[in-house]
Amino acid sequence: MKNLKNHSMRWRYFKQNVFFVLVRASALVITLALGGILLYILANGISVISWDFITKPPTDSMTKGGIMPAILGTIYLTIGAIAIGLPLGIASAVYLTEYARQGRVIRLIKVGINCLAGVPSVVFGLFGLGFFVIFLKFGSSILSGSLTLGFLILPTIIGASEEALKAVPQTFREASLSLGVSKWQTIYRIVLPNALPGILTGSILGIGRAAGETAPIMFTAAAYFTAKLPGSVFDEVMALPYHIYVLATAGTNIEATRPIQFGTVLVLVAVVLGIDLIAILIRGSMRRNKRW
Amino acid sequence: MTRQTKEIIIQYIFLLFALVSVLVLGLIVFSLFREGLPLFTSVSVKDFLFGKEWYPTYDPPSFGIFPLVVGSLIVTLIATLIAVPLGVMAAIYISEIAPQRIKEILKSVIELLAGLPSVVLGFFGMVIVAPWLQETFDLPTGLNIINASVILAIMAIPTISSISEDALYAVPREFKEASYALGATKFETIAQVIVPAALSGISTAVMLGMARAVGETMVVLMVAGGAAAIPESLFDPVRPMPASIAAEMGETPYGSAHYQALFAIGMVLFFLTLAFNLIADYVSHKFRQTGSATL
Repeated sequence: MKNLKNHSMRWRYFKQNVFFVLVRASALVITLALGGILLYILANGISVISWDFITKPPTDSMTKGGIMPAILGTIYLTIGAIAIGLPLGIASAVYLTEYARQGRVIRLIKVGINCLAGVPSVVFGLFGLGFFVIFLKFGSSILSGSLTLGFLILPTIIGASEEALKAVPQTFREASLSLGVSKWQTIYRIVLPNALPGILTGSILGIGRAAGETAPIMFTAAAYFTAKLPGSVFDEVMALPYHIYVLATAGTNIEATRPIQFGTVLVLVAVVLGIDLIAILIRGSMRRNKRW
Repeated sequence: MTRQTKEIIIQYIFLLFALVSVLVLGLIVFSLFREGLPLFTSVSVKDFLFGKEWYPTYDPPSFGIFPLVVGSLIVTLIATLIAVPLGVMAAIYISEIAPQRIKEILKSVIELLAGLPSVVLGFFGMVIVAPWLQETFDLPTGLNIINASVILAIMAIPTISSISEDALYAVPREFKEASYALGATKFETIAQVIVPAALSGISTAVMLGMARAVGETMVVLMVAGGAAAIPESLFDPVRPMPASIAAEMGETPYGSAHYQALFAIGMVLFFLTLAFNLIADYVSHKFRQTGSATL
């Protein structure tokens, strides 16, 4: 009997050990995938990076020179997306957390946000083309691309803002209201300032996404090559993600521009993951230094 | 104006802002229909969905998207088969087993993986995975189903893992303690108590991961190979729906039948992902998990 019991215990712990090995292996595989991709890009791209690469336009039909117009275009599009997504996102979240009561309208808005979050990026591109470029006649431009990207990141910003607003203790609101301060003033003077760091760090993750997306800007803003820098929001721009795609698949000489491709990938990854990493670090230190 | 009216006006202004998301969703449907529906005056819905030939530039053209749908579904399915075990296991490790420090690191890893731009992963698949597959298996091309599926899996893992982790984390402590008190091992507790309790959240995670994979564009555009034919093996190239839209839109004259057909594919894609999302939403509300799940 004792033997049997030992045997069954050993079997149970054996299963547990196998399981632990499997879950650890899964975590390891994912870490290695990220690490492998990043190291590979770094190793192949670092030799291309120079001051000229970042500050000069492409030359010799894109086979030489730098990527400055693409960097600038990505910055313009990202700023445009923030200008549209951030105010709308914060205002939506304020309504959902501060004003809304359970009911049909809230359910509709929440399902709407969830569905919007699930819309594929290429469908956003079609929407931008059909609505901004053609219907509103903005043409392929910074404006069309920024609007498309702004709505793409809207659900992310709403989610981040909601979480940050919910984290502000209820007692803050009650203290303010009990002093006779109106609801709007309470939100404006008490709730929003306390939630703002959280809103911003959460939103940064959405901003990183806007900088890295390709499909939404393919038909709405991105140009293969522009001779001069954009002069207004109605001009087309080059953009880092689109530049990578074009050089890697349809460029005049795919093999000859390989180093430029790696360099551009490295710049894009550095920009996007740099933005994300800053957000993650700020959030970590905020959690540790929480005042309430 | 009294203070009260002012407050009410402000409240309605915020309601308007909150309704923008719903409005945009409506505008997306409007734009897709406006540009895509005219196609069906010349092509029947049946020929469009089930036609086996996608020759949009031939004369006369043929707009059957069945091979594209098959391409999309097959890469999504295989990506899911790869991403679900890895993502859920990683979530279990992070939520139940890993020490605090490793937990923090892994969560950042998954967040950074989610942040990698899709064009970068597509580029990686083209430059590394494709030549390796081609040489190892002696194939005519390394741009095929298996390559696209692996890269899509990498994209879907963060979604699956982070949402599963939230679900596991939300399982009440008492459940675990009761299980340990009965003498269950940690593995038995995880497999028979924690995972079943979090199953609705994990299902939601899987649905959202699949929605992500089926709609992902740059990866399938760059590494799926682009052949609009029904594949016979896992090493055949395919042309999933998003790849077709992205590759062909640039060369299509505005308002042509081909242009309308690409918007019609967009409609199919939109409703497909909408279905995935609504199912996920339904599962997470209907089978609301015990404890304070924050899905």
